[in-house]
Amino acid sequence: MQFDPMSPIWLQVMTALKTDIAVGKRLPGEKLPGGRDLALAFSINPNTAARVYQELEKEGLCETRRGMGTYVTGDADRIAAVRWEMARQAAERFLSTMDTLGVSRQEAARLILKEDV
Amino acid sequence: MLESKSVTKMFGTLAAVDHISLSLEKGHVYAMLGPNGSGKTTWMKMAAGLIKPTSGQILFQGQPVNIESRKHIAYMSTEPYFYSWMTVKDVGKYYADFFDDFSYDSYLDLLRQMELTEEMKTSTLSSGMMAKLKIAVTIARDAQVYMLDEPFNGIDLLARDEMRRCILQYATEEKLLLVSSHLVEEMEAVADRAVFIQKGKLVENVDLEEMRTEMGVSMADRYRQIYGHTEE
Repeated sequence: MQFDPMSPIWLQVMTALKTDIAVGKRLPGEKLPGGRDLALAFSINPNTAARVYQELEKEGLCETRRGMGTYVTGDADRIAAVRWEMARQAAERFLSTMDTLGVSRQEAARLILKEDV
Repeated sequence: MLESKSVTKMFGTLAAVDHISLSLEKGHVYAMLGPNGSGKTTWMKMAAGLIKPTSGQILFQGQPVNIESRKHIAYMSTEPYFYSWMTVKDVGKYYADFFDDFSYDSYLDLLRQMELTEEMKTSTLSSGMMAKLKIAVTIARDAQVYMLDEPFNGIDLLARDEMRRCILQYATEEKLLLVSSHLVEEMEAVADRAVFIQKGKLVENVDLEEMRTEMGVSMADRYRQIYGHTEE
């Protein structure tokens, strides 16, 4: 994975894992790699990897069971909510670009629906 | 774990290291950055106990560095330091004789990861293979501090990836890693802290993720900010 070195790396790895969880690439209740393995998989500092799990836990997407490791939450509603939230944020970024370009909401909608503009 | 207290090293009238006070803690990977001649190597050699400060002192776990601390501090210098008759196996045995904490099993494991074999003669190794061998033999020690001086120099992209993986494997909570590099980008995601040195002086010792969050800059950007308007 290529990182943008100007923004926090924990956030970028967290977003990658969140996406995997949101789309079911990592299933509810699935065991996640340990902190050290995560660090090796992404070639990131182990402290950064630990931060990724802390933040995922804060968002209710994973849970650490003492001595057992970290697991994807079994809460399907929580996962659905996070998926929707990620989609909403992506839409906001899109709309902000359209606003900058002076593209109206109607035109933007036509772009999304791939109707000829 | 390693503390530099107003350390100065004079070479004639030149202060190679100029009153550096710095505290390095275990559980971190530090990138030590600065242009050529900024004093990184000189500081590392003092921390390794190979040369003495002109004034000030470096403490390892509260005690001044000395012969005893060398048992716990693994240092990889930029100079090549194997006899040309040695095979990769000889290098391992030589280290095993020298250092009680050297693990031949770790060494073999690292050789395998770096695609080196015991039979290879050091005199026939390419510069990239030699660089990998130097890393392998250094981190095969079960030391508390690892100081790697310019490990990425003269090494191709793929070998740098392997090397980063090896460094990360040995970066545990109990250990302290200090890596100097001109190739700042190589250390961007591996290090969690950066120590910037300029003309023998400490500029700053920063948490990289904090810096990205608060300033929106990468380690390379910060490097340019600090050194961009001075001579290399």
